[in-house]
Amino acid sequence: MAELRPDLAVIAAQVPRGSRVLDIGCGDGALMAALRSKECDVRGIEIDPDCVERCVARGLSVVQGDADRDLAFYPDAGFDIAVLSQTLQTAARPDRMLRELLRVGTRAYVSFPNFAYWRMRWVLMREGRMPVTRHLPVTWYETQNIHHMTVRDFEALAKDLGVVPERKWFFTDDREIGAAGANWRAEYALFELSR
Amino acid sequence: MSPAPRSVILPAPLPLDGGGALTDTRIAFETYGDLSPAKDNAILVCHALTGDQHIASEHPVTGKPGWWARMVGPGKPIDTDRFHVICANVIGSCMGSTGPASEAPDGTPYAMRFPVITIRDMVRGLVGLLDTMGFERLHAVVGGSMGGMQALSFAANFPERTARVLAIATAARHSAQNIAFHEVGRQAIMADPNWREGGYYDGDPPGAGLAVARMAAHITYLSEDGLTEKFGRRLQDRDAKTFGFDADFQIESYLRYQGSGFVQRFDANSYLYITRAMDYFDLAEEHGGRLADAFAASRARFCIVSFDSDWLYPTSESRHVVHALNAAGAPVSFVELSAPFGHDSFLLDVPALDRVVQGFIDG
Repeated sequence: MAELRPDLAVIAAQVPRGSRVLDIGCGDGALMAALRSKECDVRGIEIDPDCVERCVARGLSVVQGDADRDLAFYPDAGFDIAVLSQTLQTAARPDRMLRELLRVGTRAYVSFPNFAYWRMRWVLMREGRMPVTRHLPVTWYETQNIHHMTVRDFEALAKDLGVVPERKWFFTDDREIGAAGANWRAEYALFELSR
Repeated sequence: MSPAPRSVILPAPLPLDGGGALTDTRIAFETYGDLSPAKDNAILVCHALTGDQHIASEHPVTGKPGWWARMVGPGKPIDTDRFHVICANVIGSCMGSTGPASEAPDGTPYAMRFPVITIRDMVRGLVGLLDTMGFERLHAVVGGSMGGMQALSFAANFPERTARVLAIATAARHSAQNIAFHEVGRQAIMADPNWREGGYYDGDPPGAGLAVARMAAHITYLSEDGLTEKFGRRLQDRDAKTFGFDADFQIESYLRYQGSGFVQRFDANSYLYITRAMDYFDLAEEHGGRLADAFAASRARFCIVSFDSDWLYPTSESRHVVHALNAAGAPVSFVELSAPFGHDSFLLDVPALDRVVQGFIDG
């Protein structure tokens, strides 16, 4: 099995054995496959039909759909854990998406690219153009990422929603880094939230 | 594969949604692949409107390969080297199961005395067969189109009896548009002077009406793009229009061929009864009006598949089922596959469907 992306590896390690998990924007199902080996009841939502087909062909329970619209059809507290990895920045309304996460799950893991990462700031400052990086590889006019945010923005949003982040992890160059200066130093971040 | 045709007579009367019961109900079926010693590898495949039990064996009338031979067989997505596949002819049909052409207790064909049946009645018949064969629990129940309706009905009404449910190109209710197309077909049959209120079994069948019904239905099974690509406005065996009513266009000739071929193998009264059963299908209505409640008792895993070119059972109908399954907390997969063939995509060469079916059945 291919190695999990670091944020997914952290989530896979954190999720208790046998949990009911909803992976929103599950992609090719890498996290789902890892959680299934921990005897989790894991379901996914994915918008890309090719990814969905690959997941279903792997025997994973994945529904093709748009999380902005389809999460509403999931019952309250139907899952122990809701996962939103590298997807919040594509949501029509990230604030509503977070509320939905903590409605369908009692706990949530959210990872997102940090737009305040110093390389981003550098490109913006020096070139005066929207950065294109390894983690945000698509130009501004064709990207699905419509709501760029920073670590601080996310913390402020969580506070506005009355949600206290339980734990945080930060990553740069596919390695975990410490929390000091994370808003500058982290390429992307992972937060654990509970209701 | 050409197994001997088989059938059973159900030991108990079959209760019907419309009231009463069908006695001495015969269910004709075929099986493929060996049954495991633990009897835990059985897959029931449900056929569509004009299908039959010859899923992977030569059709006895037309001599053509089984209707899903590309899907079911050794090494195929539904692998008969691993699974024991059961396919039965539904009640109301005309390939060996009890239907309007069968003899009633008085020794003459039922014709229109045959009771109006529902999808759930068909499923009761299939479950009667499973009881007779001694199958407590299936590995999977699988179906496309009307077969998908049966698969969903099976999950709702016999939730303990299958571990997996695969419903392809189908819906949990028949739309007004679908009922409308069926009514056109039925009226064509009943307007044929040979129909004689259904009592044609001692003479010529209403072939012209049945052919028209099949032609109208066949259009709904295809997509506009598929038709345009295959036929366009091309003429059939001629260089110029005849300014008459011959089949000038290739599409006309194709539909006439489809219609005439169908008359050889299908009973007109069965067409009336089975289309009626589909029209009455509304799984939510059977369960207090809320579709999620239909699946509340199920512990099965579900897989729902739609095709982007299918306008007869569009993706929105599949999504409706998926949302209900989510609301019921059922483990469900759903994918809309891209295919050019319209509703018929589930029967045709769509490699992505093969991968999804195999992955779901094996998983």
